[in-house]
Amino acid sequence: MSFIADSVLAETPAALDLGAARRGFRGRIRGLRAFASGGLPAEELERRLLELGFVEGAEVELLHQGLFGRDPIAIRVASATIALRRQEAAAVLVEPM
Amino acid sequence: MNEMSAGLRDLRIALVGNPNCGKTALFNTLTGSRQRVANYPGVTVERKEGSFLSPGGRRVQLLDLPGTYSLRARSPDEVVTRDVVLGEQAEVAAPDLLVCVADATNLRIGLRLILELKRTGRPLLVALNMFDIARHRGIEVDVGRLSALLGLPVVTTVAVRRGGTEALLAAIDAQAPPGEADAAWSAPDAAGLRTLQREADRILAAVVRVPDRRDAVTRRLDAVLLHPVAGLVILLVVLFLMFQAVFAWAQPAMDLIEAGFQAMGAAVGALLPEEGTAGLLRSFLQDGLIAGVGSVLVFLPQILVLFLFILLLEDFGYMARAAFLMDRIMGGAGLHGRAFIPLLSSFACAIPGIMSTRVIDNQHDRLATILVAPLMTCSARIPVYTLIIGSFVPDRPVGEGAWSWVGLQGLVMFGLYAAGIVSALGMSFVFKRLLWRGQPTEPFMLELPDYKLPRVRNLALGLWQRAKAFLRRAGTIILSMMVVIWFLSSVPRPPEGATQPAIEYSFAYSIGHAVEPLLRPIGFNWQIGVALIPGMAAREVAVASLGTVYAVQEAEEDAAQLGQALAGKWSLATALAFLAWYVFAPQCVATLSVIRRETGGRRWMWFSFGYMLALAYLAAFVTYQGARALGAG
Ligand SMILES: Nc1nc2c(ncn2[C@@H]2O[C@H](COP(=O)(O)OP(=O)(O)OP(=O)(O)O)[C@@H](O)[C@H]2O)c(=O)[nH]1
Ligand SMILES: [Mg+2]
Repeated sequence: MSFIADSVLAETPAALDLGAARRGFRGRIRGLRAFASGGLPAEELERRLLELGFVEGAEVELLHQGLFGRDPIAIRVASATIALRRQEAAAVLVEPM
Repeated sequence: MNEMSAGLRDLRIALVGNPNCGKTALFNTLTGSRQRVANYPGVTVERKEGSFLSPGGRRVQLLDLPGTYSLRARSPDEVVTRDVVLGEQAEVAAPDLLVCVADATNLRIGLRLILELKRTGRPLLVALNMFDIARHRGIEVDVGRLSALLGLPVVTTVAVRRGGTEALLAAIDAQAPPGEADAAWSAPDAAGLRTLQREADRILAAVVRVPDRRDAVTRRLDAVLLHPVAGLVILLVVLFLMFQAVFAWAQPAMDLIEAGFQAMGAAVGALLPEEGTAGLLRSFLQDGLIAGVGSVLVFLPQILVLFLFILLLEDFGYMARAAFLMDRIMGGAGLHGRAFIPLLSSFACAIPGIMSTRVIDNQHDRLATILVAPLMTCSARIPVYTLIIGSFVPDRPVGEGAWSWVGLQGLVMFGLYAAGIVSALGMSFVFKRLLWRGQPTEPFMLELPDYKLPRVRNLALGLWQRAKAFLRRAGTIILSMMVVIWFLSSVPRPPEGATQPAIEYSFAYSIGHAVEPLLRPIGFNWQIGVALIPGMAAREVAVASLGTVYAVQEAEEDAAQLGQALAGKWSLATALAFLAWYVFAPQCVATLSVIRRETGGRRWMWFSFGYMLALAYLAAFVTYQGARALGAG
């Protein structure tokens, strides 16, 4: 786990990553901890998540999940619903509300 | 005002905004065009131009662009948008005004894009679209305040309603003559994006009041349609119903068309004598036109039923859900859920399917999707499948009682579609493994739009356009191929006192016999050989060619009954091999040329032609030999 993530987690023991959340989870985004995934460098994944509205402070809710491996997931971010895989959702750190 | 503006040059305006915010709907309403509008992100993948006269008398050139979340141009469709917005394309001048379209029910991401666009220094005008839905949901937007905070003119629009664009038109007329934009723009980095989104959120908090009930309808529907188990079952049932409907609903209309052509054939037969030059004309009209083109036109109702289903799914908002449900299954094939939308569109025709792969940013994922899209069962295969199924599969329910609503013919059709999907996924898996080993699949990220009630007008327009396109094909490519086929199978005429059937003296017979040895292992006779060659141009041509060849051969009044002729002449093994061939065969010139254009060269075009032809031969061979071994020879 990277240095940034450790420091964030240390401040808020309740923070978890969105990739591990259960259906019905509601929370607020605390930070992004991007990593290289699916052929994208960490920085690119972070930008894509930001562009879809995954920005610190935004409210999220895990609405739906797929059958196989509970993947992908549909996340309500403020007024939008975004589908993504748990793999990438793990870059979003959230705290439950 | 009119005299003054008459001297001005045309105003160039571009529509920019997030995917699915209603840009194309606005474009259509403003310019009277009929570009494709549908309820999922990524419908428009090309630049489209139109023009209109503003109420102030100014001619406006309007550009519709693909939707985007940023100007970073990650995928080929977003490149189009960026190039226009930043004026980076040499041959097109930068627009004088950008109309930033934003979905009023989902302003957050749109507002961030507007702030990003502001940095380009270009003249902007904000259109809050879907304002009818926002109002219906009780979302309140303080437009004046928003305009003040943004420092930009803001209007509200309802793109799908007449009169819903009045405020926008007025604002366009009020637009001052364009100044010079400063071209210095660089893509914001992560920190920049955060800052922009925070600013957008701050503005939103000040101007938008959202009631606590969000879109309850979409939520409740998704609880069922995206349910892990029920959702998948429903997806399957929807597809299955589609193929049942293709058979069940279209039948009455098809019978009518068929009867019409038979009557026409009979009338021609009654009018013209059998001998001499008039006999040649009679044969041309009866066997070439009526039996050939008619045998394809009969399928118009089925194709329309299929399109109706696809249009309904698209307009309702189901496509993105299908992508969600299929994501893991597509993942097994090395693709992600998003690639399912181009594949599903390919049910109609592979060409729009291939075009819509532009939304896929990973180059190899896109290429793999392009290569397998023609394997999806497009509507041009319907005539082939229906003809064979109609002649060789009994029209009866699959079973008794609970199963009595499932027709056997529809089931076989469903099986052929399933074969198309499975082989598309399988080949994608193979390509990803062999050609681009070890390269990961790009992440799946897709916005799920709210459900919308399909608009009758949009559906009717869509159907009309497809019907027109089909008729145009029948009138051009199929007709001209028919003329060729008829000519080849009627000329040379048999000599005086010939003992063999007339067709055995024709060119077609010689050609068919020349290729027959190649086709014998897969169970095709010489008539099929003749039909396959022009059938390379378009799949339906094969059916039309068979219609003509058998009509010339039989020289009977009742030539339109191609199905019955086949049932008597082909073995079941041949019929099955013919179906297997058509699951794979690369028989469509238009598709191949789009592959060439979209992949930027001939290489992949020939590659897809080659691999599909090889698969077709192999599949037909295995099917024919297998069926013979089982006693269906
Ligand atoms: N009720 C309502 N529906 C709208 C309005 N504008 C667009 N729609 C619907 O919203 C959906 C998306 O519209 P499009 O015009 O295809 O959106 P787009 O911005 O061109 O989308 P892309 O081409 O994917 O970027 C369609 O189902 C439209 O019928 C509106 O003002 N009111
Ligand atoms: Mg569009």
